[in-house]
Order: sequence, then structure tokens, then C-alpha cells
Amino acid sequence: MSAAAPQPAGWHDCRDTFSKTVEALAEADPRIVTVVSDSVGSSKLVNFRKRWPERMVNVGIAEQTVVAVGAGLANGGKIPFVSAAACFLTARAMEQIKADIAYTNVNVKLIGQSSGIAYGELGPTHHSIEDMAWLRLLNNLTLIVPSDPWETEQAIRAAAALDGPVFIRVSRMPVPDLPRSNARFEIGKAETLREGDDLAIIANGVMVHRALAAAEALAAEGIAARVINMSTVNPLDEATILDAAKTGAVVTVEEHSVRGGLGGAVAEVLATHDPVPMRILGFPGFLPTGSADWLLEHFNLNAAGIADAARQLLARK
Amino acid sequence: MMRYLSRQGGREEGAAQAARTAPPTVEETNVTSAASAGLANDPVALIADKALWIRRRSFQMVYEAQLGHPGGDFSAADILATLYFGVLRHDPSNPRDPGRDRFVMSKGHCTGAFYAVLAAAGFFPEAQLTTYMQPLSKLNGHPNRNYLPGVETNTGPLGHGLPVATGIAIAGQIDNAEFRTFVLTGDGELQEGSNWEAALTAGHRKLENLTLIIDRNRLQQGARTEETASLDPLDDKWRAFGWHVEVLDGHDHRALYEALSKSPKGRGKPLCIIANTFKGKGVSFMHDNVAWHHGVPNKDQYEQAMRELA
Repeated sequence: MSAAAPQPAGWHDCRDTFSKTVEALAEADPRIVTVVSDSVGSSKLVNFRKRWPERMVNVGIAEQTVVAVGAGLANGGKIPFVSAAACFLTARAMEQIKADIAYTNVNVKLIGQSSGIAYGELGPTHHSIEDMAWLRLLNNLTLIVPSDPWETEQAIRAAAALDGPVFIRVSRMPVPDLPRSNARFEIGKAETLREGDDLAIIANGVMVHRALAAAEALAAEGIAARVINMSTVNPLDEATILDAAKTGAVVTVEEHSVRGGLGGAVAEVLATHDPVPMRILGFPGFLPTGSADWLLEHFNLNAAGIADAARQLLARK
Repeated sequence: MMRYLSRQGGREEGAAQAARTAPPTVEETNVTSAASAGLANDPVALIADKALWIRRRSFQMVYEAQLGHPGGDFSAADILATLYFGVLRHDPSNPRDPGRDRFVMSKGHCTGAFYAVLAAAGFFPEAQLTTYMQPLSKLNGHPNRNYLPGVETNTGPLGHGLPVATGIAIAGQIDNAEFRTFVLTGDGELQEGSNWEAALTAGHRKLENLTLIIDRNRLQQGARTEETASLDPLDDKWRAFGWHVEVLDGHDHRALYEALSKSPKGRGKPLCIIANTFKGKGVSFMHDNVAWHHGVPNKDQYEQAMRELA
């Protein structure tokens, strides 16, 4: 595994939240099962296996089957949480996700662990910066990219309560708890974390706290940036995007390729209804060798980079 | 009159369960041939009658739509008739009954035969078969669970049925449930690696509630399987994966009925039935002829086939 950067005090690995929440759900509902492809430790499900060995199905290193078995378990009345590294779960099993899960419309929860560039030095085979683009094309697959532990727990609980297919990206990159004055999670509803009318920054996942830091820096210069957490990518909260367009400039930020992900989704809405100047921040494609932290810095996916993009965009307003 | 075609084997068959699970008799189905009225007491004769009906009706569908996969419809017709009229415990009026036996049609392109048998079993009216592949029809070229009762999972891409059926069987294993899960694959389809992932898992978990039937017609879309990516020795492969294997004539209704209705309890292994079949079985000019994988008949061919399927 990647040599993880030391976790700053008070920051969290959302995989821990995932496993804690699934255990809490499993205590209350015997239909909850976990399905893994030799991904017990990497999903932080060791304790789940200890508590309910008969409710964990390990199919071995076989992503097509881990997804299809999830579909079958749902047919048999279970609520399966299929958990595997996001890079393999999506790329290796895309047709199973399309046909067995989304098109058949089954009650399966897919958990893409260590999504984005969390595996850093292990390289593009282990990065998952294409998943949002691939998955959001499946129109009935709910796609959630939580930003911190609180939202991860809310997303897992909401997914369990929803009768239908869901994919949740769970990052291992440490994130802080986000400040929330009015904490309320709803699938398909974006969250405005900071008000502002000069421009809007729309982010999700591990980029949200960086977007907030960028807004803080901009505020010191008298620029009021709205910060929107677009944790649900499908269904997309178009109303909040169109409201953001009224600021006259929109920056999107994602731990994902700049092609077809959150930025692409927002661009589709803006181009169709209210074109405003826009910047899409993310990764260009296959990435060079480097740690997760190094890659984020190198590609300016940090507070300074987001603030720079915002200033450049404001000049075009 | 309800009549239960009981399986050979130790299953509780109380009156209530029998009523729930009884395969429909000819009086109850919306498709009845004059000949089948006297066959209700003889499962094998009933299966033979239904298999013939499935061939005729599916070929009519393919002829009218000028689309379909009639060669595979015909190789699978006897297997499907046996399952739906001799083996499966299901209730078309309650198609999502949690205790139902599951059937997964992995060779999802053979919807002619599959839709015909579902209609014959009473899952939807026979009249709906005339919409096969028409605009907005629920009878898509490949089956969709959200369109039609009786479909367990959406198939079409090959190599999907066995892995999903394995998951269904695992759910049954976790709950120690009574239902069985059956899946029908083609043979060319076994070239998809996903099958072998699932074969490992099913063997490892000793899923005796899972039955795989391979429609071994030896022809895939373009050529013979053994000339493309050979599968033989196929029985040894499944045995090596921890399965119990039986090889039989996939057009022999009694052999199919006996092998499929036997209780799997105590076997401790998933069951693989290699059903040796012929693509296009039942019509002379289609018999074992790769051109009829997705060939469709003209008027003369249709009429000749219907004369032969009598």
C-alpha cells in the first residue's frame, strides 16, 4: 500500500466512518451484508468479519463477480454493501455495474474505497480519477462523493434507506470535519457551506475543505466566493448550480479527471441553461509518479491553486 | 384444479405450499394446445407438449419481428419447458415471492423461447408475444426485469447470469432457505472469464442450491466452439472447480426432468448439467447450422418449419 502521509491531528480517514456506520446498520438490520473481493482490510471491515462472519461474502480477487454477487444477494432479499478499491471496482466491473446493478435497478450499495489519487505513488492503475465520469452516465445509479466523516455517515445511512442502486466514493485521504451551521444531508441536494456573490466554487469529496480554504483567502482580498458541496453527482442538483450561475462565474474542483466528472456535469447544466465563465479544476489524465499530497500540490489542487483560478476567472466576468 | 408436480426428494410439500408453488396446469395457463389437455398427469408428456409449443410460438415471433436468435431458442426449448413445467416452484401471480425458485436466463439473446415459456407459464398474456421487439414493447431483444414479471436479472451481455445466480444462491445459503437457483448459459458464453470467477466462488462455498445448465449446442455466433476457443473437456473443468457434473441429452425430456428435479440436498456441491443439444433442433434446415444463430426465416422457410414442428 502507499506510504500514507501522517494524518494531521483531528483529521480522519473516512473508511473508518464507513465501517463504523455499516456495523451500526448491520446491528439493526439483518439484511445488511458486506461483499468483498479480498478487500477486507482495505475496506476496514476486519471487525465486521469478526462480528458477522456469515454476513460477509468474500469472492476472492474477482471484481466482476463481487458486483454480480451483490446483485444476486439483493435479489435474494439482502442489502449488500459491495466494497472494493474504487479503481478496480469500477474499471474492472463496469459492465456488471451497468447491466446487473443499474439497468436491472437492484438494491445494491457499491463502495469505491480509496478513490481518486489516494494510492499516490502506486500510479494510474491504482488511481480512480475516471469513476465519476463513467458512473454518472448510468442515469438511475445514485452517485455520492462525501466530503468528511459526518457526510460519509449520512451518505451510507441514506444509501441503506434508499431502495435502489448507489455508488459512494470513500476516500482514505485524511480530511478535517467541515464547519456546518445547518447540518442536513439529503441525496441530490447540494450544500452551500459559505455564502458569496462574486463567484461560486463547486467542489466535492476531499476538495471541499480546500475550496473553503481558498474562499477564506479570497475573502481577505474582498472577494466573496460561495462554496457549494456537490456531494451528490447523480441526481445532480441543477437548481443550486443555476443559482450559482447568478454570481457570474463558476469554478469546479474535483479529485478526478477534468474530463466528464463534476466539472463536466456542471458544464452541461450551465451550457444548456445559463452559460457563464467557468473553470474546471482536476487532473489532466494519467499522472506521473508522486504521493497523493505531492500530486495535489503539483497540479495546484490546493487552496492557492483554487484561489488563483478564481481570480483569473473573475477577470473574465 | 391445482396439481403439484412434486420433485423427487425431501422437500416439505404441504398443501399451502403446493398451492403457492404449483406449476400452472393447462387449464390455468392462457396458452393451451388441444393436445395438452390430457397431459396434466404426465409431467414428461406435458413438457414435450410445451416444448413443441415454445418452438412454434417463438419461431412465429422471430418471423414476425424478422429479428431474433431462433437457433438458440430451439436448442434451449426443451430445457426451458422442463424447468417451467416440471421443476420450478413459482407463482406467476406473485412473481417476487421471496421463497420462489429463481431462474436466470444467462443466454439473454434467446428471448424468443424465454418469452414464450414465460407466457406459457402464465407470467403475462400470450397476446403480448406479438409485440416482440416492436417499438416500446416490454419484450425487448434481451430480457428486462423491470418490464416483465418472471425475469430475475437483465441479461444480454454474456457471462452475467452465473455470477448473479451465484449471489442469489449465496443469499439462500445465508438464510438456509428452501429455494433453488437455476441458471441457463450457452456454451460459447463460457469463454467469458466472469463465469470462471463465479465457478470458483460457487464451488468454494459448496452451493448445492445452485444448478447451472449449459446449453451445449457447440455452436457460437460465428463457428463451432471447438474451432474458436475450445471448451472440452468441459465436464472436467467444472469438476475441477468443485462442481458435481452430469452430462445428458438436452432434448430428452425425461432425462432433463429427472436430473433437474432431484433434490440437491446433501450433495455439498453446486450442480452443473451439460445438456448436449443442437442449435436449430426440430427443423431440418436449421439443425446444427450456425447460420441460424440469428438467421430469420423468409415465408417459405417459416411455412416449412411450421410443417415440421407438428
